[in-house]
Amino acid sequence: MMGTRLAEIWVYLAQTPLLWLALTVVAYVLADALHARLRRHPLAHPVLVAVALLIAVLAASGTPYGDYFEGAQFVHFLLGPAIVALALPLHRELRNVRARALRLGAALLAGSATAVISAAGTAWLLGASRPTIASLAPKSTTAPVAMGIAEKIGGLPSLTAALVILTGILGGVAGPALLRIVRVRDAAARGFALGVTSHGIGTARAFQLGEREGAFSGLGMGLNALATTLLLPAILRLLGL
Amino acid sequence: MLSGFAVLLSFQLAGEVLSRALRLPVPGPVIGMALLLGALELRGSSEDGLRTVANGLLSHLSLLFVPAGVGVILHASRLAAEWLPIAVSLVASTAATLAVTGWLAQRGSPRDERGEGEP
Repeated sequence: MMGTRLAEIWVYLAQTPLLWLALTVVAYVLADALHARLRRHPLAHPVLVAVALLIAVLAASGTPYGDYFEGAQFVHFLLGPAIVALALPLHRELRNVRARALRLGAALLAGSATAVISAAGTAWLLGASRPTIASLAPKSTTAPVAMGIAEKIGGLPSLTAALVILTGILGGVAGPALLRIVRVRDAAARGFALGVTSHGIGTARAFQLGEREGAFSGLGMGLNALATTLLLPAILRLLGL
Repeated sequence: MLSGFAVLLSFQLAGEVLSRALRLPVPGPVIGMALLLGALELRGSSEDGLRTVANGLLSHLSLLFVPAGVGVILHASRLAAEWLPIAVSLVASTAATLAVTGWLAQRGSPRDERGEGEP
């Protein structure tokens, strides 16, 4: 009796966006609490933990990703307005951006080229397949741009989306420590590097370091979307990949 | 607060329309960000409502990447088959990009005004 009741409830929940929307937010709140509990240890990055929790739930319940996304899309949608909102911290920092314009331009071009050459070059050296190399090349730019580029150069857009997210989490987890090791201590430079390398997820991490880091990271993300779109096809042609 | 959300959505919409109409290689929200920055520069300040919504979204930016992140499972088999080149490429490239960009952005910069406990 109870079993059929539960089955009915499951059928109802599986048809509405509520379940996966709620679980996405709950998983993130749990991951964030764990992160705070572990004194913000980088490996307990809330995106990493929340994604792992949700993948476990999807696997255990046999839910296809498409069904999950029906509910989770409401959270996903807010990425657009959030990117627009980056204009506010940037507006407050614009004086500092102008003062560093030349340096930031040089860092952007070199960083964008480094991202593409090192990603594609390393994968090629280690014998990755052509579609995988093409999917890796734009991995430092924000997901919609990276997917568009991948499609044009023979990559797999949805694989690129996964690699973009992994790059973001990697930069978010290890970025601040790595920048400390290579003695990049200037707040603007740290934020800019996180944004160019790890787009929005790096920017989310940069905001935890400080308002200035966040603003420059948002700037780095936006500019690298533009730079990679313009530079990447030429770089791959030069590399013969 | 609602007015702030309306502002963000309007600029995103404008960015999306411009991106498609002019076939720009940059996504709509990024163009929306540039347009809003321009508007804020012209006006000189932002309303409280806009600030509230923007702060709310930006302080939980990580959450917004979770649904796309879960999508990694769609590629479990390719990731498993080519895990070594993919892992090495991601780690090496992320580290190299961070270092190169950070170094060049910092080079010759005045010491950060906030100090960060620097000598």
